[in-house]
Formats: sequence, C-alpha cells, structure tokens
Amino acid sequence: MKNSKTTQKIAFFFLLLATLLIILPVGLIVVIIVVKGLPAISWSFIFDMPKDGMRAGGIWPAIVGTICLVAGAVLFALLIGVMAAIYLSEYARDNLLTRIIKLAIVNLSGVPSVIFGLFGLSLFVVFLKFGSSIIAGSLTLGIMVLPIIIAASRVALESVPHSFREVSLSLGASKWQTIRHIVLPNAIPGIMTGTILEIGRAAGETAPILFTVAAFYLPHLPGSIFDQAMALPYHLYVISTQVPNVDEKIRYGTALVLLILVLFVNLVAIIVRSKFRKKKKW
Amino acid sequence: MQKILIKNLNLWYADFHALKDVNAAFEDRKITAIIGPSGCGKSTLLRVLNRMNDLVEDVRTSGEVLFDNGNILSPKCDLVSLRRKVGMVFQRPNPFPLSIYKNIVFAEKIHSPSTPRSGLDEIVEESLKAVLLWDELKDKLHKSALSLSLEQKQRLCIARLIAAKSEVVLMDEPCSTLDPQSTAGIEELMRELKKKYAIIIVTHNMQQAVRVSDYTGYFLLGELVEFGGTDKLFTNPKDKRTEDYITGRFG
Repeated sequence: MKNSKTTQKIAFFFLLLATLLIILPVGLIVVIIVVKGLPAISWSFIFDMPKDGMRAGGIWPAIVGTICLVAGAVLFALLIGVMAAIYLSEYARDNLLTRIIKLAIVNLSGVPSVIFGLFGLSLFVVFLKFGSSIIAGSLTLGIMVLPIIIAASRVALESVPHSFREVSLSLGASKWQTIRHIVLPNAIPGIMTGTILEIGRAAGETAPILFTVAAFYLPHLPGSIFDQAMALPYHLYVISTQVPNVDEKIRYGTALVLLILVLFVNLVAIIVRSKFRKKKKW
Repeated sequence: MQKILIKNLNLWYADFHALKDVNAAFEDRKITAIIGPSGCGKSTLLRVLNRMNDLVEDVRTSGEVLFDNGNILSPKCDLVSLRRKVGMVFQRPNPFPLSIYKNIVFAEKIHSPSTPRSGLDEIVEESLKAVLLWDELKDKLHKSALSLSLEQKQRLCIARLIAAKSEVVLMDEPCSTLDPQSTAGIEELMRELKKKYAIIIVTHNMQQAVRVSDYTGYFLLGELVEFGGTDKLFTNPKDKRTEDYITGRFG
C-alpha cells in the first residue's frame, strides 16, 4: 500500500518535471530577448531607417515590410481558403476529386517552408515576372498558410449546427442564401481565430520570403506592391550572420519587436476566441 | 376544402421502403394529426410535403402530392415558393442566433430584400401578435432570440412561418421538449392558427392528437393504416391495428 503511494509520488514528480520543461524554454526565450533587447527599444529604433549598413538607426522599413507581406498573404489566403472551405464542407460530394483535393491540402501543410520559397521564386518571381516583390512574397506566404486556413474554416463551418441550415432551407432560402446569411456569419469567429494564429506564423517565416521579396538593405519604404521590401525575420538573419560588427543590442531589439508583434497577434486571437465562446449558446 | 392531396405516394431511402402507397387529403383550416410508433414514417411524410427529404441522399419517390394545382414531387416544382408556403416547425425550437426581430424578417429579407423598414416593422408586429408574443416582447425585439424560454422560442419559430406567409404549417412533434403548461399554450395557439392555416402535426402523444386535431391518420411500418375524423378514429377505429395502438396494447 505504502509502496504504491511512493510510486505514485515519483510518477507525479516526473510528469510535473516534464511539464515544467515545456515552460522553461518559452520563459528563457522571452527573458533573454527582453533583457538583451529592451535597451535597444526606443522611438527612433522603431520609426527610423537603418543607417551605416544596418549597424545603427532603426528598423522601420522591416516592420512595414513585414506588415505589408502578412496583410497581403492573409488577404489572399482568406479569400481562397474560405471559398475552398465552403466548397468542401457545403457542396463537395465524397468522390475521387474531393479526396484528391483533401489529400493535396494535407500534403501542402507538410511541405517545408523553404520549398514554398523556391516555388514562389519560380512561379511568381520568374514565370509571372513579378520580380522580387511584395506581391510575390505575399502570395508565397499565402500559399504556405492556406492549408491551415482551409482546415480552420472547415471546422468553423461544420460546427454551425445542422438545424440552422435546415430551418433556413425550410423557410425557402436557397442553399447559397443559407450559407451567406446563416452559416458564414456564425462561422466567422472560428475562421478569424484560425486566421489570426496563421498571421503569427506568416510574420515569423524567413525561408518563403528569402527568394521572393526580402531585400538585404533597403533604407526606404516600399512604394508599391511590386517593390522589394525588408522584412523582420530576414533582417534579423542578415544582421546576425551577414553583417559584421552589429551591436548585440540591435539584434535582440529586432528579435524583441518581432516577438512582440507575433505575441500581440496571438493575444488578439485568444481574445476573439473567448468572446466567441461566451456568445455561443447553441 | 382540400389543401394537399396525396395519391399513391411511395418513398424509399435507398432500399428501405419507408412510405407504402399512401393516400390522404389534408383539409385547409383544420388540424390533422399523424400518429404512430417511432420509425413508422410519420416524420418522413411530413418532410415530403415541403421536400425537406431532398436533403437526405438517395431518396426516391413515386406517386403524386398535389398542392396549388401542381405535383410537388415533380422536378419542375419551385422549391423556394413551395417551402415558403409550406413551412415547418421542428421538434426542438430552433431560432437563429439573431435578434427576435431578425428571426422574424429572415424570409422576407431573403425573398424581397427591398422591403422598407416600415414594412418589416409591420410584419414583425403582425406575426408576433398572431402567436400572442407581442405584448411580452415588443420592448425587446432586438434582444437575442436565444435568450427566450423554450415555449417563447417555439412560438417565435411559428411567428417566423407566419411572417414568411406560409399557408400550411407542418409541425414535427412541436411540444416534445416542452413542459405540460407550455404544451397547453402551444395547443391553444394551434386552435387559434387553424382559423387561417392548414396544420399538420406529427405527435407521439395520443392525448395531444385527441385534444387538438380534427382529423387523424395512424401510420404503421410506412403504411397509412387508418385516416379519418379524430373522434371517430379514437372512439370507433375500423382497423384492429389502430385499436391496438390507441388502447395501448401496442406501441
């Protein structure tokens, strides 16, 4: 009897230890980046152009570049993703074509991000002649986040109770009217949550933008979507490995800005989701 | 006057013969109850009348269901106008997660999006008055319909049909989730509504059929065993199987 209690205590201890080990790296990453990066953060660091081959000045063009890229990617992925999800969850019959589409989506989400980069280079930059540009980078990132947006949208659409559709149809609404007026509005919070989480991922990826948009050093803001732009993750890579003698403070400051951007977006997702859960009563 | 006439109706779900050679007529401004044990085809019959069975895959029908001088089983039938005229109240009250107001004007907004605000207001007032909810709800029309009690929700669902200008109201066990007092309220409403509408109600509750209906049909294994005046069917059934069911020897 006593023996089993001791075993249980030991088991609990190791389970707890494993759980704490998950918190540890997250906490350390945040602490190290905040401690080392915070001194760099100032109004001019955020809103100024880089100077001296990025050894001084600010990171404003990289922030703007990242925001443009992510906005473009999400716009594109939402448009295509939600339409595809509606087709798959509302219209598609279970046939060979549907199964091929679903298989393709699953496989797409397993493709390494550097491959998306190469794909974007050959399709958007070279074949469609967009050149290295925000639009090429956005589309590449968009395709990368597409599978998750489709999956989240499908779950959101399918979680709208069947009875709502039935009533709507029984009142003489067409299938499209039912989707447009009943299903979609009730699925939007779920779609939003999935999308916002993907924003964080798109903002942080380096490989897909490496060949499609990112400029090494471009101390002015992009003028159109066909311009090259700097982006935070790539800028961080550059100042950490390619440019000698960059003050550590600047590197960690850049990392901190990227981290805050991504965490802020995730926080928004959490708030949206909790609001949604409170409202949902069916 | 006959509102709906069913002639030799058969229905199969894949290989399962769910309705067998059904013949019946539903009168306007009367309540017709359909009773029978679970799985006998009564809900299926109800769902034929506004083609909601189309939502189920692999359904086949034969025979005729005449409504408005046309066969609603014909592929040419305009489903939108049919479903508008033949509305359905479901077992579980199912208002949309919208305001009371928006629930009621849903059909109107879909079918004639240009109706002015004043027209919508009028529709809301009329339909809520028809289901005796106006006085209770007139000050909170823009509150969520999900905040209502079960009985209020079910009344709201009926109001939604009235607003859609339905002529026939199909009710699929509309009181099975309600307590006895709310059930009495809905039954009272049905008596009021039959002055204007043809009502067809599927019910498990034989007492309910006796209380509200003018005609009753008894279904067993997809067959309409007996159909006639409610008084006659319950006091003097012609068929032995009906007698077994209503006296509680079976079911």
